[in-house]
Amino acid sequence: MKELIKRIESRFTVLHHIEQRPDLLFLSLEANEIVEILTYLRDIENYQHLIMISAVDHLEHQVFQLTYLVHNYNKNIDIGIRTNIDRNNPVISSVHHLWPAAQVYQRELHELYGIDFPGSPRQDDPMMLEGWDNIPPMRRDFDTKKYSEETFFPREGRETYDPRKVMEEKSYPKESEIKYEIQKLSRDQRNK
Amino acid sequence: MSEELKETQEKEKKDIIETEELTYADYFCSAVPQSVSPKAGKVIQKFYNWAQANSLWVLGFGTGCGSIEIPPLYTARYDVSRYGIFPRPTPRQASVFIISGYASVKTLKRIIRSYEQMQNPKFVMGLGSCTINGGMYFDSYNTINRLDYYLPVDVYIAGCMPRPEALIAGFNKLKDLIKEGKAEGGNIYAENFEWYKANQKKVIKDWDMPDYNW
Amino acid sequence: MRSKNSAVINETNRIGVLTPEGPQTALSWETVLPPSSGLDLESGKYLKIWHGPQHPGVTGNMALELTLEGDIIRECKTHVGYLHRAFEKLMERRKYIQCFPIVCRICVPEPDPNEYLFAAAVEELAHMEIPERAIWLRTLILEMVRVAFLTMGLGGQAGSFGLGPIGQWAVTHRDYLLDLFEELTGGRVYHMYILPGGVRRDLPEGFTDRLESVLKKIEKLISSVEKVMFNNAVFKARAKGLGVIPPEWVVPYGITGTNARAAGVPFDVRKNNPYLVYDQLDFEILTGTASDVYERTSLRKEEILQSIRLIRQIIEHMPKNGPVRHKLPNVLNWKVPAGETYVRAESGRGELGYYLVSDGSEYPRRVHVRGPGYTHAMVVLEKLADGQSIADLAGIMVSLQTCPPEIER
Repeated sequence: MKELIKRIESRFTVLHHIEQRPDLLFLSLEANEIVEILTYLRDIENYQHLIMISAVDHLEHQVFQLTYLVHNYNKNIDIGIRTNIDRNNPVISSVHHLWPAAQVYQRELHELYGIDFPGSPRQDDPMMLEGWDNIPPMRRDFDTKKYSEETFFPREGRETYDPRKVMEEKSYPKESEIKYEIQKLSRDQRNK
Repeated sequence: MSEELKETQEKEKKDIIETEELTYADYFCSAVPQSVSPKAGKVIQKFYNWAQANSLWVLGFGTGCGSIEIPPLYTARYDVSRYGIFPRPTPRQASVFIISGYASVKTLKRIIRSYEQMQNPKFVMGLGSCTINGGMYFDSYNTINRLDYYLPVDVYIAGCMPRPEALIAGFNKLKDLIKEGKAEGGNIYAENFEWYKANQKKVIKDWDMPDYNW
Repeated sequence: MRSKNSAVINETNRIGVLTPEGPQTALSWETVLPPSSGLDLESGKYLKIWHGPQHPGVTGNMALELTLEGDIIRECKTHVGYLHRAFEKLMERRKYIQCFPIVCRICVPEPDPNEYLFAAAVEELAHMEIPERAIWLRTLILEMVRVAFLTMGLGGQAGSFGLGPIGQWAVTHRDYLLDLFEELTGGRVYHMYILPGGVRRDLPEGFTDRLESVLKKIEKLISSVEKVMFNNAVFKARAKGLGVIPPEWVVPYGITGTNARAAGVPFDVRKNNPYLVYDQLDFEILTGTASDVYERTSLRKEEILQSIRLIRQIIEHMPKNGPVRHKLPNVLNWKVPAGETYVRAESGRGELGYYLVSDGSEYPRRVHVRGPGYTHAMVVLEKLADGQSIADLAGIMVSLQTCPPEIER
């Protein structure tokens, strides 16, 4: 594992690396070196199996983090390559010429996050959503509960027939209201 | 009823320019569904209802999670064909539509299309809690919360997943409703057609089919 | 028929009738249908058909858009998304312990590997150890679920070629296993048995005897299926040489599981990256050479027998007593330390993986599920269906064991 990290660091600029498990290594690189390091890993180091391409939305830092996970059949080691791209203009080179399976992952990320992979086949074909006209839904500034309440008709919650609560609300309406408000406030304070 | 039909047909004849090729419009019916009232007398209608209740054919469309508990219904353990219930592949020959679980927006469009192609009398069973109030996907942006705003539902079966015995109990309840003459899903759909269509169009944004899909 | 020319249709709902500019003549077909690659759809040779969501022959709720020339398929496009529930977005809104009831439902016929993987990812980030007996119990339930899924898959494969009674036998025997699940966990299909820290409860009294009798019944079923299905002249004539996956496709397309092993690539997660107690059990990777539908089905039948042997070994070597669950901190306020991890397991269809990103708060930051059917259904099926007759399409699709809920989550 250590020789592998040395070999990679001699060719590319690795910003950060973590050895999560003896068979899992995470490397962080810049976005313009992704295609080169994946080609190097696939052809020379024998990491031939592309597991998946995933994305994480860091809204606070205004970046998308992309993760490419590759696997070596002979040594049974995984490597995860992480890179950050700008959130307001998310474009990165596509890797579908290395693995034909990558086009499916890139198509999904384009639809759910809005990341553009120029050249990837069938990228504008919607795969999971139909007639979607809002922002890409997996971004963190999309509030799914609010959207669901506005578009679909929610059913009102269940009513309680707990006799103690019903009698409280009938006989002492104001006191019971204050009591449940105080209970709710103290519960929220405790959760913080 | 027949006079209104004639009027609409004459209006449409003026609109359509007759060409020699078949147009897209010839494949779909453009008349709105009408409600059907029982034609026979009371005793014969009771006989019809009894026959209908003992021969419910289910459409073969597994729309969601719940369709994993449907093959055990049709096979040897909870054998349901002794009640006359049998799966059919086409909506023209089916009378019950089991909506098994949640319905995403994309599936809802196909459900409506299949439902409108079934012939009256037709019944809908909502399987699972997701048809009642959204279930555990209540805050998802792609699943509907209340099924009865888009289709008229006759029987709901709660649970996640309901056992096949619960399904059989649901079928028994449906049979009781049919024998009393209260299962009027197709007629309710025809009478409140505008309301159902407005709800459906609010949710399904990619509406590229004619209004009524008979 | 599905049209992409929605601008004209939405205004009038009929083509060739009334537009705001006035009456128009009927539009020709090519402006109505989506463009196809290299096929001349104007000539009357081709027909577009949807092997669609409402069909008793698709494995789940998936659609295939076919372009047919007579009986032969010229082009096939897979459409998924009918079951998209946005799990990953829902999990970002729920605390870690609240994600467990949701995680089961990602794969409907085989839910337990999902629970195990999420629990393993969370335990790895939180540096938790689980007791010895709990590890063995987890392996036991994973193997039982694998037997149940493969049995139903065998029935489905027979049904796609018209051998109906085998489907009835297979689903009935799977029901006996579901009875055992109900006794152990409380639910027939969705168990919620594996939780962080161990498993929920211990085996009841006499469970192993009942399990043994069910396993014997399944072995008898397999021997009769061998006589009726694998020696059947019609099945052999139709399935041999159908849907061949050449071994060069396995690595570039990311094919895993039985589909890869039937092509000769010995890739099994239980042997290559052993997890739980698989390094203490004695079994081999089963491979085949002719990767056609017959070979894949026969390999799956062998894997049922292999899993039954594994279950017997597990029951024999399991430690007799011990706790089954470590105590967790207050689960509603449980903050998992920040980090990223990827864990994998072998499900009945291939390599199932979970990529979990946590940022130190009570809610997971990002959970990404890698389902094995992702590339099987979207890319490989489109290539395999080219040039086949439409009557064999269902057989090919079921032999790849594409399960749509895990493709679009």
